[in-house]
Amino acid sequence: MNLFRRYIGVKRQPDIDPIGLDFKGEGEPKGAFWRRFRKHKLAVAGLFVIGLMAICAVLAPWIAPYSPNALTDSFGEGPSWNHWLGTDQVGRDVLSRIIYAARVSLSVGIASVLISAAIGTLLGLVSGYFGGWIDGLIMRITDMFMSFPYIMLILVVSSIIGPGLANIILILGFLGWPGVARLVRGSVLAIKQTEYIKASVALGYKTPRILFNHILPNAMAPLLIYATSGVAGAILDEAALSFLGLGVQPPTPSWGNMLASAQSLTVLTDKPWLWVAPGVMIILSVLSINFIGDALRDAMDPKNRK
Amino acid sequence: MYNYVMRRILIAIPVLFGVTVINFIIMKMAPGNPVDMLVNPKLPAAAAEAKRIELGLDAPAYEQYWNWLRNLVLHGDLGYSMITYEPVTRMIGEKLGPTLLLMGISLALGLAIAVPLGVISAVRQYSKLDYAVVTLSFLGISVPNFFLGLGLVYIFALKLDWLPTSGMTELGSGGGFADVLTHLILPCVVLTANVTGRTIRYVRSSMLEIAGQDYLRTARAKGLREALVVNKHAMRNALIPIVTILGMEIPILFGGAVVIEQIFSWPGIGQLTLSSIMSRDYSTIMGLNLVAAVVVIFANLLTDIVYALADPRIKHSYRGAARS
Amino acid sequence: MNEGWKEPPQSPLLVLENLKKHYPIKRGLLNRTSDYVKAVDGVDLNIMPGETLGLVGESGCGKSTIGRSIVGLERPTDGRIRFQGADISKLSGREMIRLRSQVQIVFQDPYSSLNPRKTVGSLIAEAVRVHRVVQPGEVDAEVDRLLDLVGLPKNSKSRYPHEFSGGQRQRVGIARALALKPKLIVCDEPVSALDVSIQAQVLNLLKQLQKELNLTYLFIAHGLGAVRYISDRIAVMYLGKVVEVGPTKEIFRNPKHPYTRALLDSYPIANPHLRDRERIVLEGDVPSPVNPPSGCRFHTRCPMAQAQCRQEEPRLAGEGSHSAACLFSH
Repeated sequence: MNLFRRYIGVKRQPDIDPIGLDFKGEGEPKGAFWRRFRKHKLAVAGLFVIGLMAICAVLAPWIAPYSPNALTDSFGEGPSWNHWLGTDQVGRDVLSRIIYAARVSLSVGIASVLISAAIGTLLGLVSGYFGGWIDGLIMRITDMFMSFPYIMLILVVSSIIGPGLANIILILGFLGWPGVARLVRGSVLAIKQTEYIKASVALGYKTPRILFNHILPNAMAPLLIYATSGVAGAILDEAALSFLGLGVQPPTPSWGNMLASAQSLTVLTDKPWLWVAPGVMIILSVLSINFIGDALRDAMDPKNRK
Repeated sequence: MYNYVMRRILIAIPVLFGVTVINFIIMKMAPGNPVDMLVNPKLPAAAAEAKRIELGLDAPAYEQYWNWLRNLVLHGDLGYSMITYEPVTRMIGEKLGPTLLLMGISLALGLAIAVPLGVISAVRQYSKLDYAVVTLSFLGISVPNFFLGLGLVYIFALKLDWLPTSGMTELGSGGGFADVLTHLILPCVVLTANVTGRTIRYVRSSMLEIAGQDYLRTARAKGLREALVVNKHAMRNALIPIVTILGMEIPILFGGAVVIEQIFSWPGIGQLTLSSIMSRDYSTIMGLNLVAAVVVIFANLLTDIVYALADPRIKHSYRGAARS
Repeated sequence: MNEGWKEPPQSPLLVLENLKKHYPIKRGLLNRTSDYVKAVDGVDLNIMPGETLGLVGESGCGKSTIGRSIVGLERPTDGRIRFQGADISKLSGREMIRLRSQVQIVFQDPYSSLNPRKTVGSLIAEAVRVHRVVQPGEVDAEVDRLLDLVGLPKNSKSRYPHEFSGGQRQRVGIARALALKPKLIVCDEPVSALDVSIQAQVLNLLKQLQKELNLTYLFIAHGLGAVRYISDRIAVMYLGKVVEVGPTKEIFRNPKHPYTRALLDSYPIANPHLRDRERIVLEGDVPSPVNPPSGCRFHTRCPMAQAQCRQEEPRLAGEGSHSAACLFSH
């Protein structure tokens, strides 16, 4: 007696029964990601704000009423019809400088995160996939870099290689990777245990193909979320660095170095338009990006798929 | 357990050693040197050279490193400042107190505010209160601390004249308790806002994670009162991540101290860091970096150990077969 | 129905010789290896071209480790894996890649064995392209052919794995394995994650593909149902060792090893007349593979164990194609 064969009724079955593909899997309809993202009103607003800033940054020469370094005929005057946000002590238009400074902040944020994400991803992939002594070595180096207070390390390095926009990007980029490396390594450790990676090995794929074609795409979501908050962090770091005089150097305008003038008590007390506006811009941009990052986290979390 | 702790300590030692090496390499990469900053450019080359020899800058790099390390290990000596000729250990010792005071109070206040808020926010997920708390925490992480500092000085010190703008004590006063306290308020508020912003989100998300766990559902199904469920079952497990926060916050606070102490002229490590960086005082910077790194490594070690004590899964996962 | 196992004239396609896989257990301060989990502890097996060898045993007995060692996912601690005469456990580089394409694996869980970020078409096309199975211009047609072979419509190419049901995904996994035109496919519990009604479809597909493409299967399962249906021969494993191997009919009609009997008896029997027969019911837990029992590994749970079983380790022995590793079975 063959229970199994009787149960499944093999004799009644054709060799391969035609199966209709009605695609009733647990897949989600297209646009579900945006639907979840859109639920976060603040993130949508943040996207709008950042988009606006990006447009201003790109189109700065056409939008800004004055050249950022042009000296006008008013010195340290408050907001007026000619100068919506007033002028600084040497007579430059604050609004124009703020518009141009958006270029600095956004490019530092994006470029430095691209660098640190590239380094961290590569190290994290290698560390997590190969394990053993390679993993030990990379992780110990990561520990070492993470043992320095981040801002202190940035300050020291920037004092050594000198200030300037390109240097700031490089410094933030080359010092920001340890967090990315740890994050990616964690994802890789989980992903490499999956059967589809084992299948790729059994299929005889070479290691780079497995790493970049199969593991990396599956590690992208947390990486993207982390990178988003990394952009916000880099903007803040650039601002702090420029504020302390070790970042972007005048006359190039940056929100951070515009705020630095407020370190003098007279500016702080009597000319608030010089430091309130750049401060508000920093807050707006960082807040927007953080809201976007939070919405991404929510929208990409598989647990939220309904 | 013992093995786990010993292993963490054994791992910390090479990390610490590596930290000193990285530290030294960074310093050696510096193009300028303190002699340039210190001496008159018109000084004859021979005199500058003599200065270099006097400061030990003529020796090969590895020898300088070795001397520095040997003095540190044997005598706890971090060398002398290249600018003020004071022992670095003493300089740091003098400044460490005010910084630890500032950091300690801010950390304690930040946790005291953030933990209850994070828990309430998670328990009442999607309520108005939750949205308010979350938005507040976003502000906390998005407002640059130097801007917040400037704003507070502008309002409370300059416009309202309630609090002093800077320093730790009033000049000429004895530095009594009330004096220090009034000077502490503004810098502490700034750092606390930062800590609170970061911590609320962390506490909230770890509470939410725990809230989805079966044992909480079981506790509710048993008919336990909601307050009991939250306090006894959820809180205890949410406390574990809080240990992690301590480990994460300490290096961030060190960085924050640099900026805040600069704004409020707080006589601490942060100010010393910035002034040594500006004057290229290598030996002091190395000492400062080392002290900061030691504190961070120690905090991480402590985090790991407390974590292992609180969460039995960690020590067990450390052994066990390597079966895939 | 099984056609009855005939002695094939060819030499075996795959030979396992004294295969061992021990996983180190690390502990202590310096992470020293203190002991080994003996997942596979000396296994000899032959697989003939065109046959299906079923490999059964409880979870943790090492059957999956054997499958993974054959396709190169694990490096054996000791012993040889001969494929068409060549030892593939020691190969590396180009030869390995060439041989990998001849030995493929179908995994148990169709939900985790397909990369969720790739379309079904690109998953199959990648395998075809990497191993240059066909000319670059013909990859698309080849993918269509493979999908057709496993009974999936052409329009499934542009779909993602999560849009498919478990059985359909398993077909995709089979198509991907077939893309390399393998000779041997290790089926690692390919149907145990599927609904029973779907299991039959996949098993039938495997049988038909075997007939059409002259494939050889190592079919791993923890239950006897599917194995009985598909296998020509069956090998039973216990604690890292093969305890009995023989033609399917023989194993079911005349099990020699008490463990095999216990496995058979644990299955529900549809025929009420047979229900009254004496049954072996296992008691106790499977011993740890770190310190397997001395002598016969099964003696701690064997109802017929005698003093001798504690000391003497039985070897596989028997007449003809049916052998068992039990001191008292003959």
